[in-house]
Amino acid sequence: MGPLSTIEKLGILADAAKYDASCASSGTAKKNSLGGKGIGSTEGMGICHAYAPDGRCISLLKILLTNHCIFDCHYCINRKSSNVRRARFTPQEVADLTISFYKRNYIEGLFLSSGIIKSSNFTMEQMVEAARILREECDFRGYIHLKTIPEADPELVHQAGLYADRVSINVELPTRKGLTRLAPDKDASQIEGAMGKVKSDIIEAKDAKKRFKHAPRFAPAGQSTQMIIGADAASDSDIVGRASKLYGGFGLRRVYYSAFSPIPDASAVLPLKRPPLIREHRLYQSDWLMRFYGYQVRDVQQAMGKDGNLPLDIDPKLAWALKFRSVFPLDVNRAPREQLLRVPGLGVTAVNRIIAARRHRTLRLDEVGKLTVSIAKVRPFICAADWRPTALTDRADLRKMLAPKQEQLELFAA
Amino acid sequence: MSALQSVSDQRHFSVTMPRADDFDFWRDQARRLVRCGIAPERVIWSEPGGSGDLFSASAPESEELPTPQDDAPQTRASKRFVSVAQNAILHSDPERFALLYRLLWRLQSHPRIMEDKADSDVRRIEDLAKSVRRDSHKMHAFVRFREVLHEDGAEHFVAWFEPDHHIVRANAGFFKRRFANMHWSILTPKGCIHWDGKTVRESPPAQRSDAPDGDPTEDLWRKYYASIFNPARLKVGAMMSEMPKKYWKNMPEAELIPELIAGAQSREAQMVDAGAMEHEARPETLEAMERAVQACRNCGIGELANQAVMGEGPRDAPLMIVGEQPGHQEDQTGRPFVGPAGQLLDLHLGQAGIARDRAYITNAVKHFKYVRRGKRRIHQTPTAKEVDTCRWWVEAEREVVKPKLILALGASAARAMLGKTVSINTVRGKPVMLNDGSELWITAHPSYLLRLDGDARAQQEQLFRNDLLAVRERLAELAD
Ligand code: SF4
Repeated sequence: MGPLSTIEKLGILADAAKYDASCASSGTAKKNSLGGKGIGSTEGMGICHAYAPDGRCISLLKILLTNHCIFDCHYCINRKSSNVRRARFTPQEVADLTISFYKRNYIEGLFLSSGIIKSSNFTMEQMVEAARILREECDFRGYIHLKTIPEADPELVHQAGLYADRVSINVELPTRKGLTRLAPDKDASQIEGAMGKVKSDIIEAKDAKKRFKHAPRFAPAGQSTQMIIGADAASDSDIVGRASKLYGGFGLRRVYYSAFSPIPDASAVLPLKRPPLIREHRLYQSDWLMRFYGYQVRDVQQAMGKDGNLPLDIDPKLAWALKFRSVFPLDVNRAPREQLLRVPGLGVTAVNRIIAARRHRTLRLDEVGKLTVSIAKVRPFICAADWRPTALTDRADLRKMLAPKQEQLELFAA
Repeated sequence: MSALQSVSDQRHFSVTMPRADDFDFWRDQARRLVRCGIAPERVIWSEPGGSGDLFSASAPESEELPTPQDDAPQTRASKRFVSVAQNAILHSDPERFALLYRLLWRLQSHPRIMEDKADSDVRRIEDLAKSVRRDSHKMHAFVRFREVLHEDGAEHFVAWFEPDHHIVRANAGFFKRRFANMHWSILTPKGCIHWDGKTVRESPPAQRSDAPDGDPTEDLWRKYYASIFNPARLKVGAMMSEMPKKYWKNMPEAELIPELIAGAQSREAQMVDAGAMEHEARPETLEAMERAVQACRNCGIGELANQAVMGEGPRDAPLMIVGEQPGHQEDQTGRPFVGPAGQLLDLHLGQAGIARDRAYITNAVKHFKYVRRGKRRIHQTPTAKEVDTCRWWVEAEREVVKPKLILALGASAARAMLGKTVSINTVRGKPVMLNDGSELWITAHPSYLLRLDGDARAQQEQLFRNDLLAVRERLAELAD
């Protein structure tokens, strides 16, 4: 078999990256290519340049530098003992691909991760080199996300942050126990150590930037991480608890959840079934509640069942509201913002609209309807000028009324 | 008020926009009209080149716009109005100019009207602005440049795009900032923009056939698109709502979509098949396992067409002993540890005071792996992957027997318990806690002892004995 062509390598190394959930290219410093010699811009909001049939947005060229790996993590398609075809890009090839895709407006930039070849340091050097070529030789001003290797020398991780908009370090599994069992070569303390270091580098760079205009930027879009859901026995309560510690402890911008997918050549240690995708979705919803709706971890955990898992048939906000019925109904004409945000079916936009509109009029139910996506879900939880729901506590069937019909659920879970 | 004036107050005015997207022009006219006190019903706005308002024919003759009195109050508009209007004016709805004017008119007496999201004019204009923002966003995302060689040999990138609204000029800046050092053109049926590295130039509407046809990089891009998609997570609805079909025809990757969707189920089935056993339920009794394991072909060893050898012993044994794999004799008799290594193990167990018949004895790998040399079958060590694959069975046995202590003989057995390869010398002689609360002790495999002679053998036998003694002691403690 001759050497692989670029297109064959791309096939293999993109395929190997498809299990990674993180993709966003948003939230970095604004840049453009005016006055430079290369290309690229970032304007705050990331752009999804295409959508794949799995519903995920494609905004970055997401590839592995190589899928060779000296590690043997059970959930990973690239594990040493897996039979997949292997390929490897040079840093130059990665840079060339990025540039030629970028020039055609296919992507916002590069998301590079890698299996571990030779040693963690060797691999990290190669990844940093790809980013260096892009920034220094091509004067590329688009987005770069590097998935760093926690075992690598902190100095290398630091260099990665100087070239990249975002760096991420996977925590892999929600519990230490899961990590020991499924990723026997990885070490939880090392992963956290690396995150801590990136956090302090980010803070330092921000501080320096305030004082010296020309201080180098360090990962302006912050750091993120990913956990695999459903490969071990961790409950949603464990997961949400872990995520909130990560947000708090390491100042992460995002925690991505990736429902464990069946992988060819999987190890026998993995569970018998893949978790329903809807579980991942419920976790993202609860993440959202904590980031934008003022919910505490405790609130989200209270919405869970006895088994410590979020219900799958209804969203976590509704689950919380059904458990704390005495809080409702809330008067849309009087209730403060934080309380309105707890009403199932009212998003941030709808709440803002209500608050703005009620300065001008006393809202009736049909007017609230105009400001929200669907009034049916909201109605049992609010009072308006001409509306007062029958007491919630009387309605044992409320959950059934509000839960989406079964067919829809199936569709989502497909 | 004189009669003359009241007649003139009935006059209608008509404003024809020079360009569909000219906000500045609209603003200048609108300001003037407001300052002259000309109510919205009396103004007819028309698109450039369009036939104007349907009713204009029946409307009274329109006149030159009046000039406002010097002391007429200034026109006021909130920031929000201006930013919404700048977008809304790009919409293709012919009524947008009139709608905006009506709102501007109302703003003079209700300066905070934009905040009232329940007002129907405000909602309509917000909706227009929103579709324009969406269209611009899709333009940023879905423009696909193709490279063409210019006469001067320079790279030139050309795209064909079909926007819904008049957004092309408004978005030139985005492409200029992003592709500052490229020469590019975006051709659309609503007008074209070009950048040569220094200035933005506009040109009249184009046709699809004016744009180039293909670019070899598109093959790479399609390869990427097809590979990055995970067939185990098909969510077609989510894709369609973000990337409606109307955009597909100008996106090279979109032609793959039907095929990817159609093939997803079989691709997932393949993925699942490849890791098939994780999706079968594990047998729950040793008897059922015994039957099922015979049919197992999860790794290549099963294909060697010999019999699988399950464990043996009481189903509630406190001790589980795990070896590597059956050998020639085990394969013939269907029982574990009956060959030379088994006999040596028996001897040592006896000496250490561990009753073999009180232990559950099994192997990490259930089939015998060998190569044929003439009539003989020569033992071959299973690979790490084979051990990992067969682990499914050992774990099933563990679930039933639930031993308090597991003694792993050799590296393969240790791997089957830990999922990683460890060095016997560093882990022997002390317990490793397993997830289910049982204790793992690791020692050498007796067949290793069989391969040694003289001092080396004596030394290793001693270590082996020590390990077994430690295990017996620990078992006694656990029994209490
Ligand atoms: S050795 Fe184990 S995994 Fe391989 S075929 Fe036999 S029973 Fe199945």
